[in-house]
Amino acid sequence: MKLTKVSAVVAAIAIGFGLTACGGDPTKDDSAPSASDTLTIGAVGSGEAQIVAEIYKQALEAQGVKIKTKYGIETREAAVPALQDGSIDLLPDYSGNLLTFVDKAATATSPADVEAALPAALPKGLEVFKASPAEDKDSLNVTKAFSDKNGVTSIADLAKVKGFALGANPEFKERAYGIPGLEKVYGITGIKFVPISDFGGPKTLKALLDDDIQVADIYTTTPSITENNLVTLADPQNLIAAQNLIPLIRTAKATTAIEDTLNKISAALTTADLVDMNGKNNGADKVAPDVLAKEWLTAKNLL
Amino acid sequence: MSVASETVDWLTDSANWSGDEGIPHRLLEHVYYTGLAVGIAALVAVPLGLWIGHTGRFRNVAILVTGSMRALPTLGVLSLVAIYSGIGLTAPLVALIVLAIPPLLAGAYSGIESVDPRTVDAARAMGMTEWQVLLRVEVPLALPLLVGGVRSAVLQVVATATVAAYISLGGLGRYLIDGLAIRDYPQMLGGSVLVIGLALVLDGVFASIQHLALGERSRVEAARRT
Repeated sequence: MKLTKVSAVVAAIAIGFGLTACGGDPTKDDSAPSASDTLTIGAVGSGEAQIVAEIYKQALEAQGVKIKTKYGIETREAAVPALQDGSIDLLPDYSGNLLTFVDKAATATSPADVEAALPAALPKGLEVFKASPAEDKDSLNVTKAFSDKNGVTSIADLAKVKGFALGANPEFKERAYGIPGLEKVYGITGIKFVPISDFGGPKTLKALLDDDIQVADIYTTTPSITENNLVTLADPQNLIAAQNLIPLIRTAKATTAIEDTLNKISAALTTADLVDMNGKNNGADKVAPDVLAKEWLTAKNLL
Repeated sequence: MSVASETVDWLTDSANWSGDEGIPHRLLEHVYYTGLAVGIAALVAVPLGLWIGHTGRFRNVAILVTGSMRALPTLGVLSLVAIYSGIGLTAPLVALIVLAIPPLLAGAYSGIESVDPRTVDAARAMGMTEWQVLLRVEVPLALPLLVGGVRSAVLQVVATATVAAYISLGGLGRYLIDGLAIRDYPQMLGGSVLVIGLALVLDGVFASIQHLALGERSRVEAARRT
């Protein structure tokens, strides 16, 4: 019994390491650069990134571009090398995370600064087109009741609220945009931090609605924000780095026609559109990304 | 520096041994969750197991139900309960109790079943009531297996109580989950070492208790022989 238990614990640790170490490249197997007339679009994970990738795909196909897709790439750590070796050509990415990935020392946080810093920071052979106003980033949210009672609509207002609890993923406690930033940038002290490991999902929401926490870190495109009438706090100091959707492309494949098409998409796409499409994708109907992409493109007259 | 030596540094850093986030406090929390979960599970499972063992009723149902309970993924139960109960002690407790009940129940009824039926018959023939048969004959003789059930439950729960940290609670799981969140492997590994150490110590304690219980059984059996 003793041995089984010990080996079980050791195995659990090994699995833990395995999970975090699997930045391996799932696209490596067939990494032959795609034929010159075909554009391969990748997407990290599923859901939102895949919906946007589908929008790119259908709009470009309407322009006569031949498209292949490689969705479900696990991490940016795998996707960027895949772009460099040509196993994918185009990737919808998020500006702030992309910038800190290619430049660990980057300090830009406002949407314009991040976008301006990207071209110089990107590795040779990669470039970005115009960023979209649509953004999916961490945001601090409170209930309408809390907001009304304490007159809180911005992170800065939290400084006058004493002894509130903030729920977020555990890393929020250490990251620059998290507790350290709230203290340094906004001078908010005495926050009771409640780590909830579900990325602003149902358990975080439940804790907020139960008043176990008063402030919750939830991604801006999560439908639960609008569904529960939450108040997303403004971030006047740009503590939380911008995460605008931005097309990342291999320079070798970046033609003016593709750039024009993607720029039109980026200009038309809004955070509210993402919330709406994520809601339909995750909700009871589980509407597929390609269907959502087609609906959106049709509604915006981009097909 | 290697992860191993950084882990040693983490474990020996005095800053990690004080305060609410220090190792002693986290250890206490971990033991508290384990004790609470096994305690509540025992209140339910031991009397039920004794009754099943004594009467022989619903044995197959018990095997079936506990078998299914063993198959439930703890993290899944935790998440499911947490969506309804919110953050706090309820969800991890339910998940850990579900984990602790099968070995406790099995220990109790198989302990009673292991008692020689002739001994039980003899006790009845001497005019003992059913309660006396259970408490004076069956339970003392069943003790080694009963304690074995507790030992097994404690081990499973102590190793799994790390999930409490998944939704806002403390315990040694904090080091695993916080370490993973910021890719701090020395902290994760240090937390794992502590969980393993705690599991080994508790297992040693229960092995000793089980040994004592075996002594009790031979005393009762000796009394029967004379």
